[in-house]
Amino acid sequence: MFIPTPTKLTTLQKKKLISWLFLLPSLLGVILFFVAPFGVVIYYSMINNPIQKEFVGFDNFINVWNNAAFKQAASNSLIFSLIAVPLAVVLSLFLAAVMESRIPFKSYFRTFFLSPLMVPTASVVLIWQVMFHHNGIVNNFMVFFGQNKVDWLKSDKAAIVIVALFLWKNLGYNMILFMSALASIPKDLLEVAALENANKWQVFWIVKVRYMSSTILFVAIMSLISSFKVFREVYLMTGDYPYQTLYILQHFMNNTFASLDYQKLSSAAIIMFIVVTILVYIMYAIENWFGKDIEG
Amino acid sequence: MSTQVGFRQKAKKKKIRIDNFKTVLVTVAAIIFAFIFLLPTILTVTNSFMSASEISANYGSIFATTEKGGKVFISKTVNLKFIPDMVSFSQYYTVLFKSPEYLFKFWNSIIYVGPIVVFQLLIATLASYGFARYSGKLKNAIFFAYIIMMLMPYQVTLVPNFLVSRAIGIYGTKWAIWLPGIFSPFAVYLLTKFMRRIPTEVMEAASIDGADEWYIFSRICFPLCKGGIASISILVFFDYWNMVEQPLILLPDSDMHPLSVFLSKINAGEISLAFAVAVIYLVPPLLIFLYGEDYLVEGISYQGGIKG
Repeated sequence: MFIPTPTKLTTLQKKKLISWLFLLPSLLGVILFFVAPFGVVIYYSMINNPIQKEFVGFDNFINVWNNAAFKQAASNSLIFSLIAVPLAVVLSLFLAAVMESRIPFKSYFRTFFLSPLMVPTASVVLIWQVMFHHNGIVNNFMVFFGQNKVDWLKSDKAAIVIVALFLWKNLGYNMILFMSALASIPKDLLEVAALENANKWQVFWIVKVRYMSSTILFVAIMSLISSFKVFREVYLMTGDYPYQTLYILQHFMNNTFASLDYQKLSSAAIIMFIVVTILVYIMYAIENWFGKDIEG
Repeated sequence: MSTQVGFRQKAKKKKIRIDNFKTVLVTVAAIIFAFIFLLPTILTVTNSFMSASEISANYGSIFATTEKGGKVFISKTVNLKFIPDMVSFSQYYTVLFKSPEYLFKFWNSIIYVGPIVVFQLLIATLASYGFARYSGKLKNAIFFAYIIMMLMPYQVTLVPNFLVSRAIGIYGTKWAIWLPGIFSPFAVYLLTKFMRRIPTEVMEAASIDGADEWYIFSRICFPLCKGGIASISILVFFDYWNMVEQPLILLPDSDMHPLSVFLSKINAGEISLAFAVAVIYLVPPLLIFLYGEDYLVEGISYQGGIKG
């Protein structure tokens, strides 16, 4: 057994100290650009206005919370994320399983699926507008198959357009993550399952999915981030005052920003911060519960 | 015996046939998917070779609402065409030679994104080493805070960004874009995940041999992370190449905006140029994508690996 002598301990401490030095530049920047301003935001959210600076407690939060526009934007955004993220996880897992099977030109397909990652937002928005316009390509298809035209961006169907855009953009990335996870499942684990006469579904659900639980969490987290980023496309596609089901947090923040209402902005930002933190915490909790037998 | 063998062969043949059928089915599905995935890119490229009048005739009605009182002929329908009636380079000619503003904004994009990618990765590589080398309660807590900050949508971080850039006097300058980008926790999170997979023994062995921390970082850890660094830089590049919100809020002077902002605010008057500008804008990410795809795939694969 190796027993650390006092001098050894100090070298270890010294090394740990040095490891903090590596962290320092990033830490300073993050504190200056993310943590400290967030403190200012908290301060702003609790005063009545930047001139009088009177402490008003949670009044701003209550105002924002009761604001109809905020409610609309928050619930639209939340509904979008809650639909889009699970769909992204399931569909990309499916795509990865397809890619695992024997198909020709595998690497080309991989390239094609990954390609939306590099297409500039603006081109995406342009093409999407053309495709989902009232007289656009999608409606032409609908007419061709004997359906009625749908006013995609100005009806309740708008959510479909956005979810489609989101999936189109992110499935490839997620697929790669799942492909590598599927490939790294130990072969003997699958052999044991085969010996015990597990059928395909059992192998998939009990062995593969559980083994991949940390990847699934990671994909879910990355998809959640991307689901917030898609708001940019929505905003660009629809302008400042879109159809009501498309009125999302991006619109709310932009419109509030235009009126320079710091209290409203700050409170809204903090409410969003809390909701996102809770969502992430829930995802971690689910992953812990789901994959607890597998040491990861 | 012989009948059993015959039966086996038959079963095998049947299985092969089913397998072949499945392969064809899966391949067809994959082709359809691939087509859908490629469609927007293909359309952007082919449409960039249309003349201005052909584009406004085809798409004018989409953008007519954004322009007040335009008197150009605009057809009521939208015709999405794959192949232009006549291949024309007029759009490119206009963009490249007649209106320098596009190239100017393209240059702006490069000026913003280049330093952000380089310095974000530099600072993140150092920080990730700091996170991955030794872990303690405080470090884990800080790392979790990084994750939360990384997850925050722009809508949340923009207000703080705006306030701080005003407070330290960089509002309206290039630094307002550079600095928050450089210190973004995104690369730190991914690279730390990457570095934690390097076996501790490798670094400890060097440490016992008397190597100092800088040596371990630069000679052992860094070379092992090159793939990860390459793939994360590609992701960071894609992200900032497309930035829209930050310049809109932090740069009041629209001459300083990158091309991404300009492209996304395009309207009826400029629609004819939109596709050509989009294609030009697509070239750098396309080259990086084609050249770095293997890095990208390898790096992404590592990120979500079984061990968190």
